[in-house]
Amino acid sequence: MSENVNETNTANSILDVESLNVTFSTDGGDVHAVKDVSLSVTPGEVLAIVGESGSGKTVTARSILGLLPETAQRSGAVIVSGKDVLSVSGEQLRKMRGTDVSMVFQEPSTALNPVYTVGWQIAEGLRAHHRRASKAELKAKVITAMEQVGIPDAQNRFDYYPHQFSGGQKQRIVIAMALALGAELIVADEPTTALDVTVQAEILDLLRDLRDDTGTAIVLITHNMGVVADLADRVAVMYRGDLIEVSSVKQLFSDPKEQYTRDLLGAVPRLGSTVVGSRKAAAASVKQDRAGESTGESAGADADPGKPRDERDSIVVARNLDIVYPGGFGRSDFQAVSSVSFDIKAGEVYGLVGESGSGKTTIGRAIAGLTRASGGSLQVLGHEMVGFKERAFSPIRRRIGFVFQDPAASFNPHLTIGECVAEPFAIHQRDMSPRDREKRVLELLDSVQLPKAYGARYPHELSGGQRQRASLARGLALDPELLVADEPTSALDVSVQAKVLELFVELQNRFDFAALFISHDLAVVDMLSDRIGVLFHGELLEEGTGEQVLGSPSSDYTKRLIASLPVPDPDEQATRRGLARTLRTTAG
Amino acid sequence: MTAAISEPGAEAAETSVAVKKPSGGGLGRYVLIRFLLIIPTIFILTTLVFFLMRITGDPISASMGGRLTTDQLAERIHAAGYDRPILVQYFEYMGNLLKGDFGTAISDGQPVSSILLNYGTATVELVFYALIVAFIIGIPLGMLAAYHRDKAPDAALRILAILGYATPVFFAGMILKLVFGVFLPILPVAGRGTTETEYIMSGVVGPTRFYIIDAIRIGNVEVLGDVLAHAVLPAIALGVLTAGVFLRLVRTNLIGTLGQQYIDSGRSRGISEFRLVTKHAYRPALIPIITVMGMQIALMLAGAVLTETTFEWKGLGFKLAEYLTARDFVAVQGIVVFLAIIVALTNFLVDVIAAFIDPRVRY
Amino acid sequence: MSTPDNTSQAPGNNENVAEAAPGSGAPAIAYDDRAKKSWLNRLPIVSHLRQSVGLQRGMLITGLILCGIVLICAVFAPLIAPYGFNQLGTAEGNFGSKLPPGGTHIWGTTVGGYDVFSRVVWGAQTAVAVIIVAVIMSLFAGVILGLVSGYLGGWLDRILVVIADAVYAFPTLLLALVMSIAISGGQSSAWGGIAAAAFSITVVFIPQYFRVVRAETLRLKAEPFVESAIVLGASKTRIISKHIFRNATRTLPLIFTLNSSEAILTLAGLGFLGFGIEPTSASEWGYDLNKALPDVTSGVWWTSVYPGLAIVLTVLGITLVGESMNDLNDPRLRVRRKAKTKDAK
Repeated sequence: MSENVNETNTANSILDVESLNVTFSTDGGDVHAVKDVSLSVTPGEVLAIVGESGSGKTVTARSILGLLPETAQRSGAVIVSGKDVLSVSGEQLRKMRGTDVSMVFQEPSTALNPVYTVGWQIAEGLRAHHRRASKAELKAKVITAMEQVGIPDAQNRFDYYPHQFSGGQKQRIVIAMALALGAELIVADEPTTALDVTVQAEILDLLRDLRDDTGTAIVLITHNMGVVADLADRVAVMYRGDLIEVSSVKQLFSDPKEQYTRDLLGAVPRLGSTVVGSRKAAAASVKQDRAGESTGESAGADADPGKPRDERDSIVVARNLDIVYPGGFGRSDFQAVSSVSFDIKAGEVYGLVGESGSGKTTIGRAIAGLTRASGGSLQVLGHEMVGFKERAFSPIRRRIGFVFQDPAASFNPHLTIGECVAEPFAIHQRDMSPRDREKRVLELLDSVQLPKAYGARYPHELSGGQRQRASLARGLALDPELLVADEPTSALDVSVQAKVLELFVELQNRFDFAALFISHDLAVVDMLSDRIGVLFHGELLEEGTGEQVLGSPSSDYTKRLIASLPVPDPDEQATRRGLARTLRTTAG
Repeated sequence: MTAAISEPGAEAAETSVAVKKPSGGGLGRYVLIRFLLIIPTIFILTTLVFFLMRITGDPISASMGGRLTTDQLAERIHAAGYDRPILVQYFEYMGNLLKGDFGTAISDGQPVSSILLNYGTATVELVFYALIVAFIIGIPLGMLAAYHRDKAPDAALRILAILGYATPVFFAGMILKLVFGVFLPILPVAGRGTTETEYIMSGVVGPTRFYIIDAIRIGNVEVLGDVLAHAVLPAIALGVLTAGVFLRLVRTNLIGTLGQQYIDSGRSRGISEFRLVTKHAYRPALIPIITVMGMQIALMLAGAVLTETTFEWKGLGFKLAEYLTARDFVAVQGIVVFLAIIVALTNFLVDVIAAFIDPRVRY
Repeated sequence: MSTPDNTSQAPGNNENVAEAAPGSGAPAIAYDDRAKKSWLNRLPIVSHLRQSVGLQRGMLITGLILCGIVLICAVFAPLIAPYGFNQLGTAEGNFGSKLPPGGTHIWGTTVGGYDVFSRVVWGAQTAVAVIIVAVIMSLFAGVILGLVSGYLGGWLDRILVVIADAVYAFPTLLLALVMSIAISGGQSSAWGGIAAAAFSITVVFIPQYFRVVRAETLRLKAEPFVESAIVLGASKTRIISKHIFRNATRTLPLIFTLNSSEAILTLAGLGFLGFGIEPTSASEWGYDLNKALPDVTSGVWWTSVYPGLAIVLTVLGITLVGESMNDLNDPRLRVRRKAKTKDAK
């Protein structure tokens, strides 16, 4: 289905993928990871390949450099600068890599060798292709490459080791490596996924500038529609190994051809949007009207139905909360959270947003008693958490649920899903009969929309989204008053994320628990939170409803955070980009 | 550009459950802390050995049990102070150790410290030769195996490595003796030199007791050749065993490192497979390799005990076996404690070297 | 726990099958690994055999065959060996000393006048007995200490770690030597000899199990599924027994094999230094090699080569099994079938 959209003239294209097929052998049988995919890229063009996990986008990208493991069976042709990667000899392929085509990797901290200086590492690529280059020549070239990607003081930093750079700078160096040999085609595999939003915006700017300055074509692999809207010229959508559609970026966002693309775009969280059925949505549509009506009569479990939400009691009260990780053996302590104050009222969803190192997870863990709070005061359900004793806190634990980020790791691999969900009963209601317990488990599975049969399955037999549903079921088993959800959807694909968020909202309506919803994604937090707190380097910069925080942010950081978030709309993104740039330059 | 050099800890904080490796603390502090950690190690081992050796009784009864009358035995036990409370003896022993006094052997009346001095050098010399053999064989072959991973040469090398490890060093020694001493008599199979060499060596003024060094110092080529010829078989027996371990170690760690993304990153820029193995993967793999090698050197000391017995190489191991046969547990204890100290020091040195190679510790 | 058709279970979800493809990222590998676990623990060797291909399978099978031979010799020694391990002759008179291989003594006789073949066969019994006793005892002690120490932490943990580290760094053979002096005063009596050897080796191995299990426990303690049990308020005993134990002991079959081979080498080393088991109470390969040491220079090879080969092949067999298991457990080291080549086989 892809041939007809391949309108580019193959004669002047820099990359031609012709009916590429890739098959892997796995323990579960052969997997046809890429099915008859044809694509082409012209010089200076940015082609984005988007898709969710398992779509085959990364395999396609790695095929372009011939970087697939030996167990992969490949057919078709991948023609880069006139040579077919799949059929050239090993030595020819080596010569092509770096000079004709190069790659930028997802995780900059693992893409750099920790025991060599960055200068040496960039020079290695040059050395591999210019055997006779002198040391001084190499160094000059490396420094130019480092300056090109915006590493200040490159002369001195030539001799720095990777761990001496920040994440964003490491990614710049990875890009410098890819560019150093003047490759006209760069394959960027999720180049910003491991980075914070504000850093992501900088790296996207850098990639765009490089394309504009050097005319390098970029094959951009990503799952993030905002990134696509920001950088791509054309977009190829993949789904389970098939190429679904190829369109210009404008057309894709304004008028997608395929239903799958439409669904995918619909699932992307946007700033200011809301989850269908959430109280926020209801509140927005029917002002003054109480939320309960629109979602039906499910408010039966409502703890305190008489009062509007803002008049209810606070169940979490933090006042000047400090959390310090003690450093061992002469290393200094690390202050993860400093002097943070906030309240979570009963039945309220409090969204906590921040980038890595902001302390958001630490606060969630402290509320659940996993990390010790060290100063100030933190009252959870009336219990003081600073200096708490496990024995005294233990009875309160049943009133708190927790949902972890990684759905794969949060279940004991040796227990069935049913046993995992029954754990809360086994611990807190030991007199419950096995039959009652099973009944409750099935009810819970049903309420998170998992088929009953899944109770007998093992965690590894479920998909990520299904595991996260089961995780919600376990967190809600004892009807908690408070649910701490630590990045519950960030390991999931967008379409799965949308469904889990919907489920979360539905459950919250039904059981009326309060929730601390932690995420790095402002759009996700905004979709379902009654109030939002923005954390930066352990401090709570601002707090308010979604409208307040997004509409009129008071701190510069929040402004920058909002502006850096790429939106899935190329035109809007272009204007936001300009805004983000000005904010950055004024702040920096 | 706003991105600044990251503050240490800022990134680790979010997931700071896992404690990071020593970072930012500087090499000096690391060396100091690591050095202080030797003290409890040595203390524990010495204490352990002391009490274990005493569980079955005093050394004099063990050594002279059948040969003396009960009265004579009691008298000698009293004279040596072995009838005092065990804790008193323990503190005295530890105190003496601090002064470098390891006690006096019962069977030949020699101070243990002088035994250590006279025979320790021979053991060090043997371990040194064996290490050379192990390095020369083990490391390049390990790289070769990793380069050809899962192909025929790799399989052959791995089987060889396992065979090297599976062969007890004394059995390897006996086979070498059979082949090169009996069937194909071209190499000496016992001792550190001929009687003549030993005689010349005993006449050296201010001996280092490292025969190779002494032979060079007196400038006698024949003696030097003889000393080296005598070292060949023991060094091979002990070295091949260790080479097998090194081969496996290098191979496994290299393959692990070759799976890292920075190798793919190098590959994507056209760096050759050979250079990726020998340069890009080798250095990061070296850090764990060196740490484990430190352990291996400790194990080589045990291997040396067996090798020396097989080849009558008059080192500490040879003496240890002699004293064991004579049931002279004072000497045995002294030698074992001394070896324990050497092991602890070796591990310390190796850890410091490993830390020095790792820039994450150095800076 | 019933797990219907768990072994044949291909991950039910299509998206995950594709995820498991190599080269598509780390989570896929973790997922893939997890998929093995539920049945791996029940039948370690069988499952490894099924997973293996090519060279790895060859190594595994060779190792299993060698181990099988040793086990058969150990169990059926009275039937296989023509003579007893301490038998010096028959009704017709003594065998004689240093008889070359051939005739009634297919592998010859020793200096002491024993039949070499019979001693080698009986030696398997000693070796297997020592391995079983030593490894099982150290396994129990090490695993329990490691779990408790790793999970509870605190001063007990710190002390145990320092001791374990000190003992771990100490050469195995020397420690076993000291232990056997402590246990038997250097004298070896009948079965006491085997027990002493086994116990000496046990003490040496406890720190190894301790370290592995403790490290795993520490890692698991930070895993979300253990934290979720903590959040639920599960007791420490419940967390250790239900959530940590089975996950922390996943690598033990591997250490088990590696330790078994080390146990044999240590036993042989002890025997070689004269701390073995007297020829009248049991047969032990290392001791026989010790007695054969003077023979070598006079060209009598059969007294040393056969018991020596017995040690080598036993250790080789166990190590091959262990190494293959290690490779198969580690997704990075595991060789996979090439796609589409299955039909050709």
